[in-house]
Amino acid sequence: MYDIQGYIEAESVSDAVALLASNPRLKIIAGGTDVLIKLRHGQMEGAELLSIRKIKELERIEQLADGTIVIGALATFAQIFHEPIIHNNIPALAEAAVSMGGPQIRNVATIGGNICNGATSADSASTLFALDARLRLRSSAGERVVPVQEFYLGPGKVDLKPDEMLSEFLISPAGFRGFGGHYIKFAMRKAMDIATLGVSVMCKISGDVFREVKIGLGVAGPTPLRCVEAEEFAKGKAIYAETLAGIGRLAVKSTNARTSWRASREYREHLVEELTQRALHVAIVRAGGAEIG
Amino acid sequence: MPYSVVGKSVKRVDAVAKVTGKAKYTDDFFERDMLVGKILRSPYAHAIIKSIDVSKARALPGVEAVLTHLTVPKVKFPTAGHPYSLDPSHRDKADRLILTDKARFVGDSVAAVVAVDELVAEKALKLIEIEYEVLEALTTPEAAMREGAPLIHEDCEQNILASRGYSFGDLEAAFSESDFVFEGEYETSPVQHCHLENQVSYAYLDGEGRLVIVTSTQIPHIVRRIVGQALDIPWGGVRVIKPYVGGGFGNKQDVTIEPLNAAMTLAVGGRPVKLELSREEAMIDTRTRHAFKFRIKTGLTKDGKINGIYIAAVSNTGAYASHGHSIASSGGGKFRYLYPAQAMKYEPVTVYTNLPVAGAMRGYGTPQIFFAYESHLDEIAHKLDMDPIELRQKNFVQVGHVDLLSKNRILSCGIRECVAKGKELIRWDEKRELYKNQSGDKRRGVGMACFSYASGTHPVSIEVAGARIVMNQDGSVQLQVGATEIGQGSDTVFAQMVAEVLGLPVEMVHVISTQDTDITPFDTGSYASRQTYITGMAVKKAAEEVKAKLLDFVWGMTDIPAETLDLRERNIVFKHNGEVVMPLEQAAMQTYYDTVFGRPLTSDTSNNARVNAIPFGVTFAEVEVDIKTGKIEVLEIYNVHDSGRIVNPQLAQGQVHGGVSMGIGYALSEQLLFDEKTGKTLNNNLLDYKLPTIMDTPDIGVGFVETEDPTGAFGVKALGEPPVISPAPALRNAVFAATGVALNRLPMNPQRVFEKFKQAGLI
Repeated sequence: MYDIQGYIEAESVSDAVALLASNPRLKIIAGGTDVLIKLRHGQMEGAELLSIRKIKELERIEQLADGTIVIGALATFAQIFHEPIIHNNIPALAEAAVSMGGPQIRNVATIGGNICNGATSADSASTLFALDARLRLRSSAGERVVPVQEFYLGPGKVDLKPDEMLSEFLISPAGFRGFGGHYIKFAMRKAMDIATLGVSVMCKISGDVFREVKIGLGVAGPTPLRCVEAEEFAKGKAIYAETLAGIGRLAVKSTNARTSWRASREYREHLVEELTQRALHVAIVRAGGAEIG
Repeated sequence: MPYSVVGKSVKRVDAVAKVTGKAKYTDDFFERDMLVGKILRSPYAHAIIKSIDVSKARALPGVEAVLTHLTVPKVKFPTAGHPYSLDPSHRDKADRLILTDKARFVGDSVAAVVAVDELVAEKALKLIEIEYEVLEALTTPEAAMREGAPLIHEDCEQNILASRGYSFGDLEAAFSESDFVFEGEYETSPVQHCHLENQVSYAYLDGEGRLVIVTSTQIPHIVRRIVGQALDIPWGGVRVIKPYVGGGFGNKQDVTIEPLNAAMTLAVGGRPVKLELSREEAMIDTRTRHAFKFRIKTGLTKDGKINGIYIAAVSNTGAYASHGHSIASSGGGKFRYLYPAQAMKYEPVTVYTNLPVAGAMRGYGTPQIFFAYESHLDEIAHKLDMDPIELRQKNFVQVGHVDLLSKNRILSCGIRECVAKGKELIRWDEKRELYKNQSGDKRRGVGMACFSYASGTHPVSIEVAGARIVMNQDGSVQLQVGATEIGQGSDTVFAQMVAEVLGLPVEMVHVISTQDTDITPFDTGSYASRQTYITGMAVKKAAEEVKAKLLDFVWGMTDIPAETLDLRERNIVFKHNGEVVMPLEQAAMQTYYDTVFGRPLTSDTSNNARVNAIPFGVTFAEVEVDIKTGKIEVLEIYNVHDSGRIVNPQLAQGQVHGGVSMGIGYALSEQLLFDEKTGKTLNNNLLDYKLPTIMDTPDIGVGFVETEDPTGAFGVKALGEPPVISPAPALRNAVFAATGVALNRLPMNPQRVFEKFKQAGLI
């Protein structure tokens, strides 16, 4: 039994933002896979919910003429995993999508909710970081676009004003064209689990040299993060095992892992070093490079 | 002897009801005016309740009653689902109150609310004001046994619940005659059953003022007794009904919520009250598997013959006794059958701590002791440079062996054949050779481990089972048993046994799956892997009685002596040639409506089994270890069992699949974690408690070596619990073979493996 006081369904984005503006107590519910858990744990007493599930335009995934990929906030993980646009252009996001929960959860959980929940463990977050995704936020006053890196303010905290809602993610071609990418979810189980570490890498190569490497990590700090030092180091370096080892070591420098009963800091850092390299091995091949023995 | 129904994979009798949703579980029933009960739990692991103020909670609209230790009977009762004993010294420890006046773990029940719905009840819980005097939380056995530690229960010095063990032979002499004496230390973690259906019950007073409790339990007749004890009312004044149950694994072989549920309905004048635990509650306030620490010494001759075994064990039972020391005793007892040494000493200590209560869980102490000993044996084999299989083969028990202490005799033993079969399935010799000298980041290994168990509890407890059969006009029958179907398939197996005896197709045996203590024959319940073996005896006896009565009746009808007749394929036939005398239906009809001799055929049987048959088995496993991440992947796993004759191969395979998957979780990922300082459970939910998913479970190979045990109906022995015993040590031994690193503490999760590999210089 949930402590729900009110439930309204918005018909459109403008309808939704108008409702949000009129009642600051309203909480948005989409797939419900995070909100219902909070309700069950008594973290949202007397909840007044605004459902956005009827807003079909938020479900779309499309590629614009300039190559930008637009993913509606209501796109489910199952939808993302099955979408050719995602598979053909940013397979690492498809890998992230299918690593999440189980089939039933993926059928209802949305990528917008995954990000707005603000968890460092969000399965889509590290890949959206590596892709330099931007978020379009709408309110009755208008809209703004923020990079995903700036959207996360702290654990469970995102830059979403009470009267705002996330409408879609924008991924510019500059973020993925010519890159090969790969996502590794390291968890204790192969399904229905929270990541111990999420590693998403994108790399662009020319010949035997890295032109650009982007590394997004989840659960390596209070929010998802990018490994700037390692990325800088990689630029122009020859692609061979020692370079990867160096990238792995430097990636740890950007992290702020802590010891908890889930895993020790030492182990998490070891995983960052190891799994960044493993992800790069795959990404290099996807970027057109040769396998590193 | 060939059977027509026994030994066949007939469809589960409840399959259609379960897959179509027609099978009703406790939560599917509803009573008019039903209220909801909720429990207030202690935030402290160890604290005396100084005062309770319920006035605000009581004043909340929708609250019908607030219960505390001051308002419920203050009679200490035991909770373990053991048969009652007429010998007071053999009874379970009575250390529990319906609501406690002293909190002994974080989550202990200190008050309860009955209200019109869940939300009101939960709000009311927050309004109860309790003043505590907080005591030191003793979260480890070492802390609890320390000199001067506060007592969790006043009557147990050093917080030791019991320390009874056993000893036979001259151990010192056995060790001094040995060429080698090896030592080892091993440790297991607390885990939880995680049955699909959480504990749920509802209770009310019926029109006669009798207490009715509908509950998800393995042991309805024991629930009746313990509710009687807890409320201090006559046992016959309690009626317990058990509908379909969504799994138990031993956790429902304990009385957890029923006494409180009964007190709740009494507090509201007998109005129905439902009490259902959430997963989070069930994981802290039902039962867990006892965590053990072992110290082992084994003396052997240089050719590998075991002379003497010494095992010291510390078992952590948590805040209340529940099954308490029985777990340590039973594990030590069932272990004895596999490698009988001339001298042995077992020194177990069961200790109270301020942690959630440990109780019965599938395997009942054996997964712990076999993890320790089978790991120990692999280290010995390694040191002796001997194949681990060869070392075990030199020490396996022989048919005819009589256990010195239990007096149980081994009348059938297929362990050698099980090992031979498993060895072939996994291609042991080939892989041991192939994986000999590995380096690199992924390493593979094969390992194995054996076990012995028991069928029921004889001679520790009584083994009474009841069965009742009524034959209908068309020759079909109803079967009632006191033993409970909890998903394991026992109803189907009983139907097969009755069908076999009465020459019926299995569809003509209608098993009444619900147990109702007012109606159902007496049986102590579903535990100790006793169903097919113990209750099977009663079922066969009941069917044979109906058969004898029927053939006798036909003798009266036909003048053909009963001893020349038999039942086959719904006919009365001549035994010698199968010629049909008359259709069964004709005779059955006559038993109802014959104007002179009409008397429907029934039997109402009880059987007290004073025997025990020892099942055996082995796990073979192959793993791949990711050295850098510490992840262990199970590539292949086979369980081969000697459980006597297998009544239903498909259901038996299902038992093995479930047990092995539970064993894999025990080995690699599952553990309940507690804050060492506060005693609070950290991961009492299925996200943070790493129960393996189907994606984590490899294909499980199952083999049976069908011996025929003369004591069991149709030659059966136990199978329910055994599959969970040996996977963990087999996996541990496979990792040992792959890496040379001895992981002597469960679970072997990546964090722990990483630490050990780091120590060993592999990372």
